[in-house]
Amino acid sequence: MRLYDIEVASRLLLGTAQYPSPKILTEAIAASGCGVVTASLRREGPGSGAATGGAGFWSLLKASGARMLPNTAGCHSACEAVTTAHMAREVFGTSWIKLEVIGNADTLQPDPFALVEAARILCSEGFEVFPYTTEDLIVAERLLEAGCQVLMPWGAPIGSGRGLRHVDALASMRGHFPGVPLIIDAGIGAPSQAAQAMEMGFDAVLLNTAVARAGDPVAMARAFGKAVDAGRTAFEAGLMPPRDMAVPSTPILGMADLGLGGPA
Amino acid sequence: MRIDLNGTTFTVVAQSLAEMLIELGFDGGTIATAVNGIFVPAAARAGTRLHAGDRIEVLAPMQGG
Repeated sequence: MRLYDIEVASRLLLGTAQYPSPKILTEAIAASGCGVVTASLRREGPGSGAATGGAGFWSLLKASGARMLPNTAGCHSACEAVTTAHMAREVFGTSWIKLEVIGNADTLQPDPFALVEAARILCSEGFEVFPYTTEDLIVAERLLEAGCQVLMPWGAPIGSGRGLRHVDALASMRGHFPGVPLIIDAGIGAPSQAAQAMEMGFDAVLLNTAVARAGDPVAMARAFGKAVDAGRTAFEAGLMPPRDMAVPSTPILGMADLGLGGPA
Repeated sequence: MRIDLNGTTFTVVAQSLAEMLIELGFDGGTIATAVNGIFVPAAARAGTRLHAGDRIEVLAPMQGG
């Protein structure tokens, strides 16, 4: 999978929040096989030096070997997201940015107008933008026009674990943008849901809570890695078309006539 | 001079953003800075003069989804 001219081996992208401990986070990243992890920027307390606060977390992430995708989580305006992206580029040393501009504090759904505005600014400044968006096709068109080369439609609201809420709309999106890397971001709660997204032909999935809040996050990370691989392999193999009626898989031809009755 | 740092008021003698970071013990950390909502790159911190009432954000890498 190529994301902005970078070859990424794994189709699973993993968030780094809410894990029980830094050790479990490190082990979960390794167990998932993911090649990209997300991170954020948050306020640092006075008195923090090189070995404390965010610096310790940053060392842990670098040691994981995964590529960094910083986000603008929590931003509610285009200006706020753009400034956060500028700060992230300096700290994380990458022009990749997961662009989140939240439109509603309860649903955490993207504000598509501010999202397009921020994407246009950031793309013009050389950022490689991964916009967290809905399945709306016109918003997607505008994001591509703004310069985005990857789109990240939601599966369900962030942290909800509800899977793919709008399967038909997501299928339309996949069909409408066959050449654009599409990553399902947010709402995935179970490996089967990740596999479903991959079977539909999405290029990757990005998830966090489903692994971090699992009873055993490391085992769950491994399960998601396998589900994403299985779903992708199934998509490439070509799924059978669904039928409305039963069709026997065992041949009828050559079946014995034992003359013992039963409906014809 | 009183400034607002990450939502809390501090009184500092520093005149520049770079001096303020040292005064409040941020030196050596992996941080990014903004003053009054505008990103200030690391290279520009020494040349960024502070004024009373400035709103300063100092951010660091953190867990995120």
